[in-house]
Amino acid sequence: MQQSAFEQDAPIVALTDVAKHFGAVRALDGVDLEIRPGECLGLVGHNGAGKSTLVNVVNGGVAPTAGAVAFPASGAAAALSAGVRSVFQELSLCPNLTVAENLRISHAALKGPGWRRAARAEIGQSLDAVFPGHGIEADATVDILSIAERQMVEIAIGFADRGAEARLVILDEPTSSLDAGIAEQLMAHIRRFCEGGGAVIFISHMLGEIFAVASRILVMKDGKVVADRAAPDFTRQGLVDAMGHVAGDATHERGDQTRSLGEEVVHTPQGLSARRGEVVGLSGLAGHGQARALAQLYLGTTSSWRATGRPQMVFVAGDRTRDGILPLWSILRNASISILSETAKWGLVDREVETRNAEKWKRRIGIRTDDMNNPVLSLSGGNQQKVLFARALASSAPVVVMDDPMRGVDVGTKQDVYAMIRAEAASGRTFLWYSTETEEVCQCDRVFVFRNGRISAELTGAELTEERILEASFEMQEA
Amino acid sequence: MEKIISRPWSWSWLAAALTFAITSALTDGSGAGALAYAALSFGAFAAIVGLGQMIVITLGPGNVDLSIPAVMTLSGTLALKAMGSEPGTAMLGLGVAVLVGLGTGAANFALIYALRLPPIVATLAASLVYQSIAIWSNRGLRIKPPAGLADFATGRVLGVPNVALVGLALAIVVWIALERSVWGRWLLASGQNLRAARLAGVPVETVRASAYVTVTVLASVAGYLLASFSGGAALNMGQDYLLMSIAVVVIGGTSIAGGLSNVPGVWGAALFMFLVVSMLNSYGAGAGVRMVLTGLIIIGIVIAASTKRARK
Repeated sequence: MQQSAFEQDAPIVALTDVAKHFGAVRALDGVDLEIRPGECLGLVGHNGAGKSTLVNVVNGGVAPTAGAVAFPASGAAAALSAGVRSVFQELSLCPNLTVAENLRISHAALKGPGWRRAARAEIGQSLDAVFPGHGIEADATVDILSIAERQMVEIAIGFADRGAEARLVILDEPTSSLDAGIAEQLMAHIRRFCEGGGAVIFISHMLGEIFAVASRILVMKDGKVVADRAAPDFTRQGLVDAMGHVAGDATHERGDQTRSLGEEVVHTPQGLSARRGEVVGLSGLAGHGQARALAQLYLGTTSSWRATGRPQMVFVAGDRTRDGILPLWSILRNASISILSETAKWGLVDREVETRNAEKWKRRIGIRTDDMNNPVLSLSGGNQQKVLFARALASSAPVVVMDDPMRGVDVGTKQDVYAMIRAEAASGRTFLWYSTETEEVCQCDRVFVFRNGRISAELTGAELTEERILEASFEMQEA
Repeated sequence: MEKIISRPWSWSWLAAALTFAITSALTDGSGAGALAYAALSFGAFAAIVGLGQMIVITLGPGNVDLSIPAVMTLSGTLALKAMGSEPGTAMLGLGVAVLVGLGTGAANFALIYALRLPPIVATLAASLVYQSIAIWSNRGLRIKPPAGLADFATGRVLGVPNVALVGLALAIVVWIALERSVWGRWLLASGQNLRAARLAGVPVETVRASAYVTVTVLASVAGYLLASFSGGAALNMGQDYLLMSIAVVVIGGTSIAGGLSNVPGVWGAALFMFLVVSMLNSYGAGAGVRMVLTGLIIIGIVIAASTKRARK
């Protein structure tokens, strides 16, 4: 890293009174922001607060409706030549290409005979630098990689040389699909990168990470910056208050321990089981077979040929674009697809029931839109996730399977959803819940820890602690 | 007006109206009535097979039924043979045609599902079998349809050809199925993202199977009507309808990428396709020129419609 390449005091990017409107929606409403070399800016706010729009203005993805964006340090006119890189929360790799070929897409200088060799070396170097011991082949096609590995590749591409130095790397929820160990490697790399004179914008809903890595924290709400101070000036509670949502510190408040559970309703040959009214967690390091176990369970229980009036099981996808969202449809149609067979009359859709369902869930789960007939893609990522929750919870299915469903969901909504899950469980629904966040899993009644595609531990009651889960995730041999 | 223009089906109707105006201008309007009548009659067959093709194309990329011409021929041949020109057998013939549709559709989907063949290969290969069965059972005979049925197929009610009324009725049924029924929602969901639809509880295999059966049933009905309309089945009677069925779907504004279908557009496009050919005919263009121009016009319409949508 060449320190001399940076003019110490000129900001890498400077925004003056930037606004961006999408129709009537003010996604950004007058934002001033300067980012200097060596800074790591933590960006927090609720879903739809304008975080994604802000970074898209910085990286040139959208043109602001008003205001100016400048890159004083480099004097460049465009974000790309100013060394601004983005790593998105929606995975944006081409699944049919290899890891090295994906690097080529954003590195136009790689050409001529032998470009593949150069690309392999470059991406390999970058992966080694950010995630030592990653085990990802540069020649692997992306579609065989797990979601965590894809995210790692995307981050590595963000930090790679690519012919010109990276000055500002934007990381939009980079850790939401990574497990704790890998996330720690990323944090360490961000610190190194900033010490070397680079700058980072780090967006996360996990406040612990923000405090661990950010030198300065920017809080957004309704398209405005509501607080912008050095990180040590914030407390955890102060940050949550600034975001404007009352999130109780009651993450470990488990449901009534003595609550009697019903009969066993799920049992797989692998050993996964759940009883009526139980919230069962699946944990362990990302990509150790949890998602596959849930998919197998769901696909084995439901049929591709027959739709019964009342579904046995519903699925909440975590990988929204691959497994959940129907992109051409409105929010309303997305929310009602799983209840159609329950509510239909003579095979026709009951549109009145459908509209009532949409309005009910808009209220209950707080989907941020003025009209449920808007396209589902007009929503921010976290709000799309809420639609998928609404889709599943609206049905009367007794078992709900959730495949890491909280990615990109803000702290406040998470608390609401936790409460909703507890209430639904109390009324007899069963939840199977895979999460990469250990804190979340600790709220379950029972947890299965996965390692190498097998269940390595089953924890209940007092045994259910973060330490025990980590122990079971990493244990090298069966006791 | 803005709202109407932005609808994808408006393009095919606009193009059809324009072509109609140009062609009738050449004859000083005197042939306009006859031209409209012919367009409705011949357009009906394209519209019926187009509705079926649209349902399959809605399933998403790679889904298409290339067995339509062979199914039309087979259904026309077997239906006429079963009726044997005897009066009062029209319903029997229709029954045979529908059975042919159900059978060929089930066979097509069996190849796609059980052997995991790509739909293009499966339906093309199966169509060779259907065509052979038609040749074998036809044996060069040209059986006339029963007189009553032939009168119906070439007749009119209130000045509108009966085949167009049948085509209209079928279009309404398909429209209701797509826009209002649970099955239609399932089909549109499967076409957008098959995996997401499956995980949302949609019985995707049933949806795919029913789409492949619906297209062949509609093709069979079209074959039955066409054979009755033209006074007998011919072995090449379905030939024109391979490209035609796909062209009317695309011009009609249905998305090739799947998940979005458009019933009114199919009818507009079917009229347009007939009118283009008669326009070029009436300007005295030769067969070669006619085909080149038809191709260019189709490309132009598709580009115009898709750029309009992209800007929106």
